[in-house]
Order: sequence, then structure tokens, then C-alpha cells
Amino acid sequence: MNINNELITYLEDLSCLTLTEEEKRRLAVDLKDILSGMARLGELDTQGVPERSHPFDHVNCFRDDAAQASMDRELILKNAPHRNNEMFIAPKTVE
Amino acid sequence: MRWETVIGLEVHTELSTESKIFCGCTTAFGGEPNTHVCPVCAGMPGTLPILNRAVVERALRAGLALNCKITQNCKFDRKSYFYPDLPKAYQVSQLYAPICRGGHMEIEVNGEKKIIGIRQIHMEEDAGKLVHDPKSGGTLMDYNRGGIPLLEIVSQPDFRSGAEVIAYLEKLRETLLYLGVSDCKMQEGSLRADVNLSVRPIGGEMGVRTEMKNLNSFKAIGRAIEYESARQIEILENGGYVIQETRRWDDDAGESYGMRSKENAQDYRYFPEPDLLPIEISDEWLDSVRESLPELAHRKRERYMRDYGLSGHEVSVLTGHKNISDLFEDISKQSRNPLESARLVTGEIMRLLNVTNTLPEELSPDGRKLAVLVELLSARKINRNAYKEAVEAVFTDNAEPEAYIAQKGLMMLSDDNAVSEAAGAVLADNPDAAADYRAGKEKAFGFLMGQTMRKLGKAGDPDTVKKILKEMLDNQEGA
Amino acid sequence: MFNLNALELSSLIRERKLGAAEAVNAFTGAAEKSGNPYNTFITVSKEYALERAKAVQARIDAGETISPLAGVPVALKDNISTSGIPTTCASKMHDGYIPVFSAEVVDKLERAGMIIIGKLNMDEFAMGGSSETGAFGPVLNPWDTSRVAGGSSGGSAAAVAGREAPLTLGTDTGGSIRQPCSFCGVTGIKPTYGAVSRYGAVAYASSLDQIGPIGKNIDDCAALLSVISGPDAKDSTCFIDKPFVFGDARENLNGVRIGLPRNYFAAGIEEDVRHNVTAAAKELEAAGAIIGEFDMPLMDYMVPVFYIIACAEASSNLSRYDGLKYGYRSAAAKTLSEVYRLSRSEGFGLEVKRRIMLGSFVLSSGYYDAYYKKALQIRALIKEEYNRLFERFDMILSPVSPTSAYKIGENIDDPMKMYMGDIYTVSVNLAGLPAAVFPCGFDRLGLPVGVQLIGNAFSEAKLIEAARVYQRRTDYHTKTPGGEAK
Repeated sequence: MNINNELITYLEDLSCLTLTEEEKRRLAVDLKDILSGMARLGELDTQGVPERSHPFDHVNCFRDDAAQASMDRELILKNAPHRNNEMFIAPKTVE
Repeated sequence: MRWETVIGLEVHTELSTESKIFCGCTTAFGGEPNTHVCPVCAGMPGTLPILNRAVVERALRAGLALNCKITQNCKFDRKSYFYPDLPKAYQVSQLYAPICRGGHMEIEVNGEKKIIGIRQIHMEEDAGKLVHDPKSGGTLMDYNRGGIPLLEIVSQPDFRSGAEVIAYLEKLRETLLYLGVSDCKMQEGSLRADVNLSVRPIGGEMGVRTEMKNLNSFKAIGRAIEYESARQIEILENGGYVIQETRRWDDDAGESYGMRSKENAQDYRYFPEPDLLPIEISDEWLDSVRESLPELAHRKRERYMRDYGLSGHEVSVLTGHKNISDLFEDISKQSRNPLESARLVTGEIMRLLNVTNTLPEELSPDGRKLAVLVELLSARKINRNAYKEAVEAVFTDNAEPEAYIAQKGLMMLSDDNAVSEAAGAVLADNPDAAADYRAGKEKAFGFLMGQTMRKLGKAGDPDTVKKILKEMLDNQEGA
Repeated sequence: MFNLNALELSSLIRERKLGAAEAVNAFTGAAEKSGNPYNTFITVSKEYALERAKAVQARIDAGETISPLAGVPVALKDNISTSGIPTTCASKMHDGYIPVFSAEVVDKLERAGMIIIGKLNMDEFAMGGSSETGAFGPVLNPWDTSRVAGGSSGGSAAAVAGREAPLTLGTDTGGSIRQPCSFCGVTGIKPTYGAVSRYGAVAYASSLDQIGPIGKNIDDCAALLSVISGPDAKDSTCFIDKPFVFGDARENLNGVRIGLPRNYFAAGIEEDVRHNVTAAAKELEAAGAIIGEFDMPLMDYMVPVFYIIACAEASSNLSRYDGLKYGYRSAAAKTLSEVYRLSRSEGFGLEVKRRIMLGSFVLSSGYYDAYYKKALQIRALIKEEYNRLFERFDMILSPVSPTSAYKIGENIDDPMKMYMGDIYTVSVNLAGLPAAVFPCGFDRLGLPVGVQLIGNAFSEAKLIEAARVYQRRTDYHTKTPGGEAK
């Protein structure tokens, strides 16, 4: 498949990344390689095969509805690069 | 050309569980910012979700009550987008196998009934709250709300007017409240609706739709629909095209505006959530939920009219909120006097809610104390004035009814001597009135009666007073 | 002390011939003094370890039996969260990040009285097969420091091989425990998916990741696996009902049916690897096992299926890094979009970005069905094939990697070649199966070669027994980079 700039830009947007020109160039080559390797999956007929997103078939893991103590706020905010005493601070969101 | 508005609704409702959907943090409203947060709902690296069983139960209740087909093998998916209110940058939601599909609800507008289709109901987690920070000029992030369980109820595009939408939302709200699924407080954001709207020439092809967000009241929804419908018709009549976009309603300005195009072109990259196991809902589980469903408002209305012979007005007041009907039923059951109980709730209790600015959701449905008063009234142990006073004391101060009545001396006097004494004094003080009565002026009796009652205070039993007063007047006549 | 295995060390500590603090001092001292010769340690948590040693020692002195590994130092791959101790994932993205909670395995280690002495180097976010992609430079192979230690748990394998820690934990998403064990000549176990809690292990690919032990021999690994396995109410996918308990019953492998995938030995495998792995099969046969050859179905699809699923999950798991709540934030960023994009672009290394982009691609609208959905379907087929194989065999013996340790820098610019190096390991993760890896010889350069035994779900005990029988008959696992151990 053709890995053009448009696709790379689209994937950057989806991935929330801004790559350097050099990175883009390399990734275009790598993605082409990798995706052509993946293209062979198309050879296999999988009509009607269920999709397996877990290695096993376990179901129903639940928790009972009981409120427990939350974590101390200072710990929640401890690793934040930008914060005040109560909240994380992000640059202005535009609505 | 004549235009028709086509509307579909996406309603988000926060579930009234104790704890969040994937962690044990409380769902209590309010609270200092980021104090209802743990590593899981803050999305810290390495944390994992565990599903709250009560969320599934509530989804099943809603689904069954809305006549849906339950997906007995359902699962969660991740919906990805970057925004500061979403700590993991993905929302755990359901796309491929939502818990409920294909339901419907009947609404009534201006006496006409209509069926609204429900496409699906799915479970998901709420996002955090963002607040503008005037100090830094930035946005403050509070994750207290992040991870609170939500149901998204997606209707078919079956609405043709704002009135239908409002009727649907009111009935949906009432239903969810009755089911104990959500407390549906719009002012706290626990019921939110997004409106998908398009217009088309009547009977014509489906038009391009827009989605409107930030609708915080039924009134805002009504206004937004009117505005958007007019906006689209104007565009089309001027030969333009409606752009498919998300628009934000500004209720103060009374208009909506398009959000940035980038936020419109979303590719959410849904895929099955690998950290959660699929959910398998057995027939037994489903049956037990079905059996536990409470009676819904419209069924209650039918029953109240049939069994108690209540009026349409009384019935609609009583079923306006689940707490109100629960209170009514509790008083009624304990006092064994449904008519007087209905009169109490639709009259005095509604008046007190109103004057004290109390919301029905804050009302306790425990009717024990009020039932005591209804019984005392019915047994003619207190008069209606004393009854009203005691009801108010129970409502506002949670007073104990017997103690209050004893303390205030409200128990009716059964002692005829005291009544005779009071009546005698009144007749002595008002000879003219007594004479008028004897001259055939029935009105004068009312005056004498009132005076006697006043003298006796709240302990007077009007029937005894009436009897004794009549006797005395008749006797005097003979004397 | 450095050449003692963990169980020997623990009996010395239990018999109070060696203090827990002494052991901590010895291992942390070596890591500090010799200047981290294999670049294995990212953090040495000496102070914390000494404090823990004191507490554990007091209990041992009081005559308490805590666990068979009480007092033994252990080092963790640096993607396992440790409260109060930096957890870097070998990424600039985790700059300054100190977890405020610990992984479940950390709690289990501490309950067993084990002492965490430090955090180990790896590929960035466990994405790589050579431990070269991390922000702290490559891990060096103790057998030849010009060569890679394998990855992504390269630090965990090299620390054991280099006698810097008696036991370590790694994580295995597509071979990340097994391949570095093979490259470094040490023993390890990739447990059944769901046997060990993933809570607190920074996720690479949630449906594939599993934490496992690395040590000098299978008994040490079994003892550590008993400690870290077991249920956890914080991990929905941790299905195991109770911790593993392993016996020591088998003298031989009489009647054990071992499958040998013929096509794994056909093309693309180095002659020395083929030779050593085949010899291992012969050794097991001599111990009584019945060897049966078969052709592994779907072999050509395994690597693509793995990378589609792993990258898809990774792109989602790593989207939480936004420069707002924790970790790296670009100093140049002003607007919200810049904070997101620059922090992520500067914080993640190239291999991580490559996998995020690939994951975004296979999940994006228009490509989901052809790639992601298809991969999940083929995963189902692979799982079915394994189910069928385990009707015929008790376990499968296979090479771990087509090669022995290669030169640092040799494959770093060729992702396809790197990915194909995972050909023998990834299907095990796709099917959630356990595998034990142990050394089975050396190539002509004197570099170790490992072999893996793959079992059916929760058949760890069988794999451990077979590995133990093998290690009693051979001495490859006792060899050290500096020569004979004992």
C-alpha cells in the first residue's frame, strides 16, 4: 500500500504526534515494509471466524457496588507538571 | 415549501450507584476537586478497571423497562480521543455489542399517542470536569466526575417537534427515577441530552443533520430545537447546504454555533477493551432483574384511578416523582386510608415542598409519622387545623406526632362540660347574634360556632361544638 | 555470594548465616561500585532495600517463617510500578514520574519478605527485542559487551547473568522474557496469561502482557513464580484461583509427549541455534520423553497478527501520556495542542512512535476490518491450533530466537528484521500460554542459546518439572560469563 504524506499526517493527528521530517521519512519506509508484511493476512479465509480479543474465554468479572476511600489528593496531583493545590492545570481549552 | 423537522436524541444519564463504574471512588455530587479520585479513575499508568455489577443491573432495568432486546453477550470498547477531561485519552464505552438494542417508549402530546423507537442503550464512563482558571488563564482539571457510570440512551430519529422531544424526556426521566437507575438531576448534569436534527421537505429525502450539545434544561432543549430548525430551513430556502457538524448551544445568547471542524472529523478507533472481560447475562439473571422492576408511573396512574378512585389531577401529582408516590403509598398503607393520604400528599405536602423550596428528591418516602396523623384525624381525635399544624411540624422539624400533639394540647376535647362552658360564655357575650339565630338567620349560627371554636382553640371538635351550641340555643328558646 | 542461587541464599538467611542487609549491601554495592557494567540498573533503591531488610531480618530473628524466598534481594524491570521509587519504563516520557501506588506483584514480593534492590533497564515501554530502544542506552550482554542482551527485559536477564541480582522480574508481551533469557544464558518463565496480576505493570499490550520470573535455574524461577502468582481483585484478567504450588516429584520424563515443530527449524534459523535446540530435544528424549514432530500451522501469520494486535493496544494504552497529569511535558509547548503533541513527540522514542502510528493505522476507520479484525480472527485460529496440539502433546519444544545475541546497533534500523526475530515467541502470547526458557548450549562464538517449552494453559508445573529434569542432566545453566560458577 502507498504511504503518502497525507496518510502520515492523518496518523500523526490520530496519534497526537508531530514528527520531524526525518522521522516521517523513516516511518513512511518502515510502515510500507511492515504493512506489506501484514498484507499476507488477506490470503487467509477467515469468513465466519469469531474475533478473539482475549486469550481465554472467561466472562463476568465484577466488583460489588461499595464506595471506598479515594486517594489523598496530594498524591493524585503529585506527578503533575503544572497544578495548583486542587487541580491539574492545562493550557486553555478552546470550545 | 413545507418543511418537516426530524430529530433523534442521545440522552446521557448518570447512574445512582454508590461507587464509580470501574473503581471504588464515590459518585457523590460535589466534593472538593479531585477528592473523589484514585489511581484508576485518574488513569495512572499500570492501573486496571474492575466493572461495578450495579451498573450492569441498572442498565438491564432501563433496557427492560424501555422494551429493549438485551444483548446477553455484551462487551466494552475503547473510544479514543484526546481531551483533558479524559484521563486515559480513551473512554470505556460500548460500540460493537451494546447491552440493549431495539426498544421503544410511548409518549403523549396533546392527547395523541406516539411510539418513539430506541436504537440502543449502552454503558460508559463519564469524563472529568474542566473549569476555566482566571488566575492562570488556563483550564483546571477535576476528575471527581471522571468514571461515574453513564447510560447513553439513543433514540431513533422519530421526533418531529420540540414538544415530542420534551414529552419523551419527561417520561424517560420519570421512568429512570422510578427504576432507581438515576436521580436525573439536570442541574447536576446527571441527565443530559444531545439533539440530532435535520429538516426535509415533508415526505422528502432525509436532510443533513447537525448535533447540538450543552443543553442543560428542558427549556434550553425546546429553544435550541426551534432555533436550529429555523436556521436549517433558512439555509435551505436560500439555496444553501447544511453542514454536518457539532454545534454548541449558548442558552444566554439563545443561539448555537459550530464547533471547530477538527473536533467534528473524529476517528475514534473503537476496539474491544482488553482490560475488561465480556459480560454474559444469563436467562436467570435477566429474569431476576425483570422480577425486581418496580411499577412504572403510567401503571401506577392506572392503578390509583382504578383502586382508589382518585381524580386525574391527584394521580398526576402523586406520580410526578417516585418519592412522592412512595410517600403516598407508605402513608396509605400504614393509615389504611388512601383517600385522606392522597388528600394530604397532594395538598399539604405539596404546599410545604413549595414554600420550603424542597425538591421531591430530597423528600423522605417514609410515611410513618404522617400516617399517625391521618389516623388521628380519621378517628376524630384531632381536628383539621390541629392536623395541619402537626403535619407541618413533622415535615419541617421531623417532630414526633404524638408528643407534639400532647405538648401543644391539640387532642380534641371530648369533655362536654368544657364545650358547654365556652358556648354559654359566647351566648352570654353575643345576645344579638343568639336572637338573630332564633329569628331564623342561619348565618348567625356560623358566627357563634366560630366564636366558640376560637375560645376552645385547636382542641375543639367542631361536631361536638355544633351539637352543644344547637342544644343550648334551642333550650334558651324554650326557656 | 553472587554465584549462589536464590534458594541457597534464602536458606543461608533463614539459618541466620547471612543477614538480609548483608545480602542487600553486597548486591547493591556491586551494582554501584562497578559502575553498572552492563547498564542494567536504572535505579538502585539501596536505602529503601536496607530499611526493608531490617524489618524482614527482625521477623526472621524472631523465628518467623515468612516464605522460601524471604530476605532474598530481587530487582524489577522498570515498567513495574513501585510506590515512591521512580518507574521509568526506560522512557523520557516518565521523566520525574514516581508512582504513588505499587504493582500487585510488588505487594506480593514484600509479603513474601523479598527485598527490592532496584529497577532494571529495558526497551522503551517494553517495545523492542534488544533493550536498545530505551532512554538510558542499551543493556550490554554480560557474555560479550559488544552485543545486545535481548529484549525487552534485557536488564532483567543481564542482571541475573552478570550476577547483579539473584532473581529478577521481567514482562513478556511477545517474547520479552524468553528471548533475553536465551541471549544471556539464564532461566525464565512466561506464565499463563491470568496467572500473575498485571495491576501496576505499565501496559504495553493488555491482552498479551504477563509478568514473569528470571533466575539462574528453574527452581529459583518456580519459587519466585509461586510468590507472584495468585488472584488479584484489581485485575479482571487475573483468573487464577490460588497461587501456584510446585512440587519436586519427577525423576525422569517417562511418557511425557513433547512436540517438535518441524517448520521452526527450516528456514531463517542459525545453524548453531538449530543444533543446540535439537540436542535439547534429544536430551529430553533420553530422559524418557516421547518426541513427536509436527508442522506448526499458520506460522507465517504469527508475527503480523502479533504486531497488529500489540500495536493497536499500545497506541491506546500510551495515549494517556499527555504532559498534563504526570511525566514529561515539553518546555516549548504553550497551547493545549502543543502540550499534547510536543510532549508526546519529544517524550517517546522512535520505536514507540512507530508502534503508536502503526496501532493508530490498524484501528482507523477504513482499515480496521482488513487489519485489526482480521488479526483477531487469525488469533482465534492460532488458539484453536494450539488447543488441537495439546491433545497430542503435553508440551512443545521450540527455539526461542532464530539467532544468538547480535551486535549492538546491528538490527536497530531494520524494524522488519527485528520483528521477525519474534517468530518463535509471539504465538505463545496470542494464545495466552505458559512457556519456560532455559539455556541449552553455546554457539561457535561462545554465546548462550536457549530453548523454550510451551505448555497448555496453567500447566506451569509440568514445564517446570521437565526443565528441572533437564537441568539435573546438564550444566549449561551453571555457566557464567566469567567461566564456571561452581
